[in-house]
Amino acid sequence: MFNPKVKKAINMVIVYGILVALVIICLFPVYFIFIGSVNPGESLHSSKIFPSPAEWTWSHYSDLFDKYQYVTWYKNTILVATANMLISTVFGVLSGYAFSKFRFKGKRQGLMAIIILQMFPTIMGMIAIYTLLGAFGLLDTHLGYVLVLAAGSVAFNTWIVKGFFDGIPNSLMEAARIDGASNMEVFAKVMLPLALPIISFIAFNSFIGASMDFIMAEVILRSSSNWTLAQGLFTLVSGQENNNFTVFAAGAVLISIPLMVLFFVFQRYIVEGMTAGAEKG
Amino acid sequence: MSEKKHSKIAAVLSVIFMGLGQIYNKQYIKGGLWAAFELIVLVFFTKTVIHGLWGIITLGDTPQVRQRGRVVDPGDHSILLMAEGLLVIIALVFIFTIYYLSVRDAFLVGKLREQGAKINNIKQSMKSIWDNGFPYILITPTAICMILLTVFPLVYTALIAFTNYSSPNYLPPKALVDWVGLDQFVRLFSMDSWRGTFVGVFSWTVVWAVLSTVLVVFAGLFVAVVLSQKVVKFTKFWRNIYIIPWAVPGFVSILIFRNMYNGEFGVINKMLNSVGIPSVGWLSDPMWAKAAILLTNLWLGFPFWMALFTAVLTTISKELYEAAEVDGATIIQQFKHITFPIVMVAAVPLMVFTFAFNFNQLTFIYLMTEGNPVNADYTYAGHTDILLSWIFKMTLNNGQYAISSAVAVVVFLIIALFAYFNLRNTKALKGDAH
Repeated sequence: MFNPKVKKAINMVIVYGILVALVIICLFPVYFIFIGSVNPGESLHSSKIFPSPAEWTWSHYSDLFDKYQYVTWYKNTILVATANMLISTVFGVLSGYAFSKFRFKGKRQGLMAIIILQMFPTIMGMIAIYTLLGAFGLLDTHLGYVLVLAAGSVAFNTWIVKGFFDGIPNSLMEAARIDGASNMEVFAKVMLPLALPIISFIAFNSFIGASMDFIMAEVILRSSSNWTLAQGLFTLVSGQENNNFTVFAAGAVLISIPLMVLFFVFQRYIVEGMTAGAEKG
Repeated sequence: MSEKKHSKIAAVLSVIFMGLGQIYNKQYIKGGLWAAFELIVLVFFTKTVIHGLWGIITLGDTPQVRQRGRVVDPGDHSILLMAEGLLVIIALVFIFTIYYLSVRDAFLVGKLREQGAKINNIKQSMKSIWDNGFPYILITPTAICMILLTVFPLVYTALIAFTNYSSPNYLPPKALVDWVGLDQFVRLFSMDSWRGTFVGVFSWTVVWAVLSTVLVVFAGLFVAVVLSQKVVKFTKFWRNIYIIPWAVPGFVSILIFRNMYNGEFGVINKMLNSVGIPSVGWLSDPMWAKAAILLTNLWLGFPFWMALFTAVLTTISKELYEAAEVDGATIIQQFKHITFPIVMVAAVPLMVFTFAFNFNQLTFIYLMTEGNPVNADYTYAGHTDILLSWIFKMTLNNGQYAISSAVAVVVFLIIALFAYFNLRNTKALKGDAH
């Protein structure tokens, strides 16, 4: 019907049309939140999509620090995310290694329990967690919150780490054992250095997971000085009027930039980790 | 006495009192440690154990007494008693496991003596524990963490489903809570208002979980296939842009969309108006709210699948397509018979995981709509509530602990079914017979 040249041209127009449309769809919300943060005025109502650069104002950024507890929320989030990262990475690496490289009684049952438990979201035990933390005086504390978060991510981490170590030949370990290395030495000197990529992945994942959580934080952290960023930002826009939209936008930009940078740095590990975990699963 | 009965005597002695068997086996330090353990348990925990078991069986028997608004007698706090009882049961399981281990140890060492083998001294025992117990030591922190903060809460929630713990009449510490058997489940499935809500919310949960999974997978596949076309230059550049939605923190993008969809001031309606289309009640109309949720999820979710499929597509040999072209297959036929089957092998396990994840994706629904718009026919739920967000609302805002736990038990069963099918297909467990 068409000669090949026309056909190729049409194909090209369609393909590039799709690509450009996708770029607009992907970038528009990002643009929208940035432009929202420099828009004059306070509410979503008065926000313009294309304000002239002369109108731009950076005052919403300073409002975050002057009028809201943004710095406190930021600090809380980093504190909680780092603590969760340390606990759930260390625990996950230890148990994932044990499940991969040792034979012991109860291993199969343990693995089974881990797969099943990671499918149950932590929030299902909300009432119990609430009661338990209350009984130990840990309600509305970061310690209680971190423990709950870490318990939630340690199963996933164990599973991913196990999958990784399964791919490392046992002969490596046996050779080291023959050279007289103890269990501890084999683990620390031979296996851990090999596992660095997967450790970075689960560490990153645990850090992000904790800084993204909203629901568990809402259950446990009640007072505004203990809030995380997710909770703080949610209150800025949860009402009908969106009166604080521009301040929210500024807050969102400040949290997104570092996390996006982290994401792009770790991107390789993330894709590898996700697919590795899935294939083994 | 016959030399051949050491194992039985040692085992019986250890049953009578932990450590006696070891002492009989002349392992005095080890025996002393076991015995000390049982002594500590008996002296310090007997009262706790009895009180804990009493508490979980009766859930308390003294209601709070108040006179002129002041608490005269604090009474029993049923829910705390239940927690205490459950913790005691978990502790008892541990203690009996240790008890069993001590008897077994006494028996085995006795056996060794019968055979005339050399018995380990305490130093050797310690070393043997360190060597053979190494994997157990490695998993202990994880195990403790998960038993206390995952298993315990789940069991506890299941237990609450069999009580009447709810606002306003059965709320400790002011009132006692009782075991009521299956009453909550009967209410859930036989009372019209509850059943109607359950069926409605459940159907939407399934629809949401299926559509949200299928849509992102196919969108991801579509973009990956478009990117793999020969005419596309700078593939890496395009891909990096398409990954941005994945890189933006989830709660931030959900809240951004919540504002973009705003019925009155939202940018999406403004844009529609500017081309002459009337405003859409994105978050106030039930159907549009559901569409808005699915569209947002699509934006958030497709980059991951695009990345995955891009990786898979590069592994497919070019020769397959060349051979197909020689045979005169159209692009669509090539996709259907070559590309699709190959990428789906990689995708299906992850799709199952995504489905299960979305089934419980409470954060997303809550941040996006808080379950709204309100549904007048529902009890404590809105049009976009999924089971989990319904449970969340009933618990946190309405104090309906018992019935929300009953819903939670139903969700447990669904997830367990899912986990079972997942396990059956798990390579890692299949090839792992030891």
